[in-house]
Amino acid sequence: MVSMLAEESLLEVCAIETHSLEDYEAEPPRWCKGCGDHGVLAALQRVLRKNNVDPENVVSVSGIGCSSRLPHYLKTYGFHGIHGRALPIATGVRLSRPELPVIVIMGDGDCFSIGGNHWLHAIRYNINAVVLVLDNEVYALTKMQASPTTPDGWKTNTTPRGTYLHPLNPLSAVMGMTNISFVAQTATWLPAHLDETIDKAWDHHGLSFVRILQRCPVFMPKAFGEGGLNFPVVFLEHADGIPIHPLLRKRGAVQAHDHRDINEAQRVAVTVDPAPMGLVYQNPDVPAYEEIRWQRQDRPDHQTFLRRLEAEMDRYTVT
Amino acid sequence: MPGPRRIRLPEHTLEIVSDAGEGAQKAAVAFAQLCAKAGNGLWTVEIIPSEIRPPPHTTGSASGNRIRLAERSRVTNAGNRANVVLAFNEMALLSRLEANSLADDVLVLIDDQWATHEMEQYRRSYREVLDRFRSGAAKIIEVPLEKETLRHVEDAQRGKNMFAVGLLCALYSKDPNVLDEVIRGIFKDKTQQVVEVAVKLAAAGHQYGMAHLEECFEIPSSQSEVPKVAMNGNTALALGAISAGFELCSMYPITPATSASHSLSEIFEDFGGFVHQAEDEIAAIGVALGASYAGKTALTITSGPGMALKTEFQGLAVMTETPLVIVDVQRGGPSTGLPTKIEQSDLLHALYGAPGDAPKVVIAPSTVEECYYILSVARKIAEELRMLVIVLSDANLATGQQLFDRPDVSKTPPRPPLDLSPVPLGTLPYDWDPTTGLSQRLIPGQPGGMGVTTSLNHDRDGKACYDSERNERGHAMRSRKLATLQQSLKPPTVHGASEGDLLLVGWGSTRGAVEEAVDMARAEGLAVSSVHIQFLSPLPPGLKNIFRRFRRVTTVELNYSDDWSDPLITEENRRYGQLAWLLRAATLIDVDCFAKVPGRPYMPVEILDEIKRVLDVQPALAAPGPARAANEGVN
Repeated sequence: MVSMLAEESLLEVCAIETHSLEDYEAEPPRWCKGCGDHGVLAALQRVLRKNNVDPENVVSVSGIGCSSRLPHYLKTYGFHGIHGRALPIATGVRLSRPELPVIVIMGDGDCFSIGGNHWLHAIRYNINAVVLVLDNEVYALTKMQASPTTPDGWKTNTTPRGTYLHPLNPLSAVMGMTNISFVAQTATWLPAHLDETIDKAWDHHGLSFVRILQRCPVFMPKAFGEGGLNFPVVFLEHADGIPIHPLLRKRGAVQAHDHRDINEAQRVAVTVDPAPMGLVYQNPDVPAYEEIRWQRQDRPDHQTFLRRLEAEMDRYTVT
Repeated sequence: MPGPRRIRLPEHTLEIVSDAGEGAQKAAVAFAQLCAKAGNGLWTVEIIPSEIRPPPHTTGSASGNRIRLAERSRVTNAGNRANVVLAFNEMALLSRLEANSLADDVLVLIDDQWATHEMEQYRRSYREVLDRFRSGAAKIIEVPLEKETLRHVEDAQRGKNMFAVGLLCALYSKDPNVLDEVIRGIFKDKTQQVVEVAVKLAAAGHQYGMAHLEECFEIPSSQSEVPKVAMNGNTALALGAISAGFELCSMYPITPATSASHSLSEIFEDFGGFVHQAEDEIAAIGVALGASYAGKTALTITSGPGMALKTEFQGLAVMTETPLVIVDVQRGGPSTGLPTKIEQSDLLHALYGAPGDAPKVVIAPSTVEECYYILSVARKIAEELRMLVIVLSDANLATGQQLFDRPDVSKTPPRPPLDLSPVPLGTLPYDWDPTTGLSQRLIPGQPGGMGVTTSLNHDRDGKACYDSERNERGHAMRSRKLATLQQSLKPPTVHGASEGDLLLVGWGSTRGAVEEAVDMARAEGLAVSSVHIQFLSPLPPGLKNIFRRFRRVTTVELNYSDDWSDPLITEENRRYGQLAWLLRAATLIDVDCFAKVPGRPYMPVEILDEIKRVLDVQPALAAPGPARAANEGVN
């Protein structure tokens, strides 16, 4: 009798608490066919379901660009903001409501170019958030202009005779920032690896910076060796790293890497060919800014609040 | 010892100036507190060089304070030309003469060390500057400030200011025991030795004054039942933010706004709040907006250049109907402009600076006291209307100390807990009331309310849409919230008679000077009144009816306008003061303006002169321009 009751209540608890994938689906995505953004959305939904997160308690924040439409299609609370400014908005959410997990979605131009200042400083704040940069190496929504990560010499509408500069390496940039606590790289043509990487980022305490390589089939179809077909990668392997499924081992070499060693991580981060895939760096002990602030903040009851305000008035009272 | 002869006066204005870093500002703070404790009404203005260490012994290095003290407890502006100036050197003194800040019969107290200084150039310039004063009606008292201070400390730079404040204590017949108390309070974080030296020097200054001054002043105080506080506008904003229930202030350092965040940073954590210093002005508003979106209405405090950087986020706040409060402590512009000095040049930027049609509420405090209360008003409007509210303070309010009734904080309501109740099925994120444009805000954590908040045009369901019908609707709904708010406002009251020859219209911190000028003009029999506008967007109702009862209407504001007397300026190309532009557009009345950029507050007498010029009481300085003639009879 007792065990039956326990089983029933267990079932009931499970029924309430188990979310299905549909719980995270909003309107159907309107990205182009073959766009990598679809894969990231699906991976995010799978990770949220796996972690059984209540959709009302998640906030996704984005900037402007193709990938920044993601909050429209993810059924959580979402904020589709302005170009380059997703991270300050996310910082505001974390500071005021640290109980809410935050996912930030940005594009390469969004994060590395117009949002560059916020990118570097958010890493130093180390807010506790999953930060995904969907890097297709081009401005796509505005129809093919060079982004900071557009490869050497590639022709775009603003560089019709080829780009002038070497592409920015986001991994080495973040590995030079104070308080960096999580850096990973993955690609949408490696869906199992993508899932595992986002899952690892979700579990990390602090700002998890994930660069997701993804091809724009319309404006950059040849990027990443035509979407990974001919793109040299090396998988970073560690017992606590991103698991490498057996099939992945056919897609590239595997290299042992200790993601806890910052020097080793910086060395890996500057490598671009083959592109390192997996967990480049993790330090779970870097404190998150919002937690530092909350720990130092006193939250007095109303009577104490009033008493303190009176005391402040006393300081300025003259007669 | 008989001591100096006392002269009783209802009010007095004095200035204390030294080289930057010599402590005249500290002396002024001490003297202002001394007067406040005695029950004098008070208004102070900082005299600040724009550099931290400008070259010493130059007019550009002058640093200090202007203090207007009065028998009445309510002083609303910095007053007219100063009656007394205490200068640590002749160049600081000269700077005040050049600023046209001193009365013709000013009493000058000046350190006499320069008369016999080893450097010939100082001896010469000291003689020359003093001769300029001696040729007029000024009275000069040379004081051995440096010499007397050196009797007590080795380095006179560290202590002259305390001797000076002691001297002022004698000059104004104040109680030296109270000064002792004030100084101990000001230096409470210093070592015992520093405090004792300061107290000793002040006492020495007082003794010197009692022994050597022939005359001294007495500004009696009016007794008040209500306790008073003395603080500057930025401190008032900080305390006001706390009592208004804000929990986050996100900012980036910028003069003259930053000291509000200093005051807040010092104590906010004890009240369950944060000051977040962001990486730039853009992030500062972004963090505030993120916090507001998450349900905790936040504020950001900045000044002109910061406002420019925040415009895109302002548009986002408007489009997403996220409540948000921005305080703009205005300074001289454009660009870096005059960072430490007052101007009211951000009005049109606040109203129209963001691209696209971005309706927002703009309000302006006119006194330090209003700086305290205005953030409660701003927050309430922001939350109830889901709107961006811009509060326009200025450098005069920011740094000026004023005496006002101690706010009753016992009435501060508790911060309501976040409403995380489930959202009924079918609830829309922009459930606009078609009459008012108002809607209920949903916040993250409310089950059933999930959805995207987007910077794109959207309809009631919050989803992006691009068709004209829904674009028109979105604009109309956001706009009509201003009309809704306007309906709840009262017409402003007219200071003076409700009809006459001239109506002055002001906004922000010029109010006190404008009303004082009107009082002086009316005492001379002129039919002048004034009206003060606190709500700049939406404008209060009834303005046109008020304006119609006057033959002429002129704004008084501290921003740029073209001068009618300039031959290049015509009715067609003249650029008006910013409030004048606004009122001309809103009322179709030919509103003129008295709008200048002196980098300091208007003195009431300047406004009185303008009143007389407009009314032709004295021969006008400039020939009237074409619009001035057209201004005859605004009916």
